[in-house]
Amino acid sequence: MSNWSWSTFSDAFPVVLEGLGITLGLTIACYLFALIFGFIWTLIRRMPIKVIRLPLLWVMEFIRSTPPLVQLFFIFYAWPMVPVVGMALDPFVSAVIGLGIHYSTYIGEVYRSGIDAVDNGQWEAARALNYGTSKKWTKIILPQALPPTIPMLGNYLIIMFKEVPLASTIGVLGILAMANDYGAQHWRYLEPLTIVAILFLVLSYPSAILINKLERKMNKRFDKKEPTGSKAV
Amino acid sequence: MITINAIADIFPVLMKGVEITVTVLLASIVLGYLMAFIAGFCRLSNNILLRKFTGFYVEVFRGTSLIVQLFWLYYAFPILFGIEVGSNFWAGVLAISLNYGAYMSEIVRSSILAVAKGQSEASTALNMSRFQRMRLVIFPQAVRMMLPEFGNYLILMLKSTSLVSLIGMTDILYYGDILRSSNLSQAPTVYFLVLLFYFILALPLIWLTKKMESASKKGVASQ
Repeated sequence: MSNWSWSTFSDAFPVVLEGLGITLGLTIACYLFALIFGFIWTLIRRMPIKVIRLPLLWVMEFIRSTPPLVQLFFIFYAWPMVPVVGMALDPFVSAVIGLGIHYSTYIGEVYRSGIDAVDNGQWEAARALNYGTSKKWTKIILPQALPPTIPMLGNYLIIMFKEVPLASTIGVLGILAMANDYGAQHWRYLEPLTIVAILFLVLSYPSAILINKLERKMNKRFDKKEPTGSKAV
Repeated sequence: MITINAIADIFPVLMKGVEITVTVLLASIVLGYLMAFIAGFCRLSNNILLRKFTGFYVEVFRGTSLIVQLFWLYYAFPILFGIEVGSNFWAGVLAISLNYGAYMSEIVRSSILAVAKGQSEASTALNMSRFQRMRLVIFPQAVRMMLPEFGNYLILMLKSTSLVSLIGMTDILYYGDILRSSNLSQAPTVYFLVLLFYFILALPLIWLTKKMESASKKGVASQ
């Protein structure tokens, strides 16, 4: 423990803290992107035409089971080189698209589990009332399908927060990138990296407890013992 | 553009990284599951000190992100304690297995707790010791519940092995980055192939996950 220096700690703290805004901003941006894009996967899953649905579901499986880090590199380094559609994106936008698409495949599954959990009788009732497709979804299915998924979606917000430092590898100046820069300049990695770890812990632990409480409340309200959706990291 | 020639050039280079990726993955899987069981049991122990300490470990590793843990283990840990972790291989494997071990220990714990109370009462009535109860009655039933989640974590661990390229290990992504930096116009082909390599490695794991899921459902009345 003799190598720990409090003066370096207090010197590095404000530097690392400068990146917190970017880290939080990127978390929110990626999360919103994933929430919206997740709907697309849910729609694809419900597509009646098999020849379109199956290949797209394979694409989803491909995105889910390959590393988000490589996907980030693909979007940042390779996308500008792709003929016709390719264009250069700045690191922040690349990270939003890369991480957003990766996690949208998970979010889509959460939506699906919520929709699957809606009782059969509700679908029949919609038909019996002669509701059209849009009315059926907006008035009957979604209001029942989405609220129980809220705790699970909250979990994904925390997961997203912990995945965002990956973006430091393509030059997004979040807290991890700031700590690495500080480390490279002063040749002291111990304190700045420890600060990053503490910041993550301080922010994600209370949020996790909050989500847990929410989950219990929701389960009570919807009279369920098992939380909706599959758990993932 | 993707041409056959370019693929023929890139393919053998990426192949060189497969061994490292697979080695890191296998080592992380073994250590990760080991850690999960150790931590899972410790959290159920009667010893309050052991319980609190393991709880602390689990919360710290679940509360921070893997890439931070990896950098911390590789750059900060040796300075703080004056001990070398060994090599970047061990830093990578330790970070991945400690991280996922923490997540999976929660599965171990909750599965053991989810075994019906009557089971442990019945084994007490049969005059079994605490150890016998766990080994013969509770644990076999709990493992069944752990299987589906354990399967999901296999794929997550595979994906996370790509991070070890950041601490200089020569895995698939490392060779991909080298190819990209030598010829930027090749980048789309290179990274697409890297993704394809990971996907092919994931296929057996996806299959195994499905197997584990069906094994866990076998012979159980559906609720």
